[in-house]
Amino acid sequence: MAVERFPIEAGHIMLFARAIGDPNPIYYDPERAIAPPTFVQASAQFDPDYGLRPQIGRPWFGSGKTPSGLQRPAPSEGSSESRGERRGGGGGTGLHAEQHYEYHRPLRAGDVLTASTTAGKRWEKEGRRAGKLVFSESVTEYRNQDGELVVTARSVGVRTERAVEQ
Amino acid sequence: MTLKASELKEGQTFEAVVVENLTRTQIVQYAGASGDYNPIHTDEVFATQVAGYPSVFAHGMLTMGMTGRMLTDLVGDGRLLRFGGRFTSQVFPGDDLTTTATVEAVHEGDEPSVELKVSTANQNGVEVFSGSAAARIDP
Repeated sequence: MAVERFPIEAGHIMLFARAIGDPNPIYYDPERAIAPPTFVQASAQFDPDYGLRPQIGRPWFGSGKTPSGLQRPAPSEGSSESRGERRGGGGGTGLHAEQHYEYHRPLRAGDVLTASTTAGKRWEKEGRRAGKLVFSESVTEYRNQDGELVVTARSVGVRTERAVEQ
Repeated sequence: MTLKASELKEGQTFEAVVVENLTRTQIVQYAGASGDYNPIHTDEVFATQVAGYPSVFAHGMLTMGMTGRMLTDLVGDGRLLRFGGRFTSQVFPGDDLTTTATVEAVHEGDEPSVELKVSTANQNGVEVFSGSAAARIDP
């Protein structure tokens, strides 16, 4: 599981800043844009096998003629499943449980990152609001064009047995 | 804004509203920018009829992104050393979110830094993100 080329583009930073509602001018300056702290999450755009993006010519699990185009559950965000290896299983929903970043150096427009992800622990727990919970951890290292570590991201995804009670 | 180690005290809190009346359109914007098109966030039919939720709900990473805005406004650009946490409850369209950062420790010396407890809660006081951060600060 890897993203071989994640170019940090000023226009992409601008769109991301708009989406999180952040008017900080540094995100809108094409000459000196730096990336917001959670920006590396958008490396999904550059993962050819990302499971939470419709793939051209393939069925998608969101609604169209029917409420879902597939009879299998959504992969969970942050888990290894969201990175292309979908698994079947009995209903429930994939959710993002935790996200942790360590910042080693600033990330700027013009940098080109590579991301390599390794699967971490996997554990189960009985939840009060959503039945059995299956957690899976992954660690992604983002390195720049000089091979320097820029961000380390640890992500935990959870698959719930049923929808979380509100 | 720049924080100074000499002016910070343990227990000091900072607070900011990070979104008021979150819209479905902002969630769609986040899907487009981040590349996470999970229909549970943007497709009301899928979210209600297949996944069994009352409506679409925000990406945890949108909540974390908005929380991060509060932190960079507080500590300045490019100063975060660490930022992380757990998504403790879901965020739905119409929610108002407020982030509170509490100073847990101040490290003076050659490379001054601050450790913060970070909590984002909705309009009902329910915590939706529970985490921490550390940042470089001025002496």
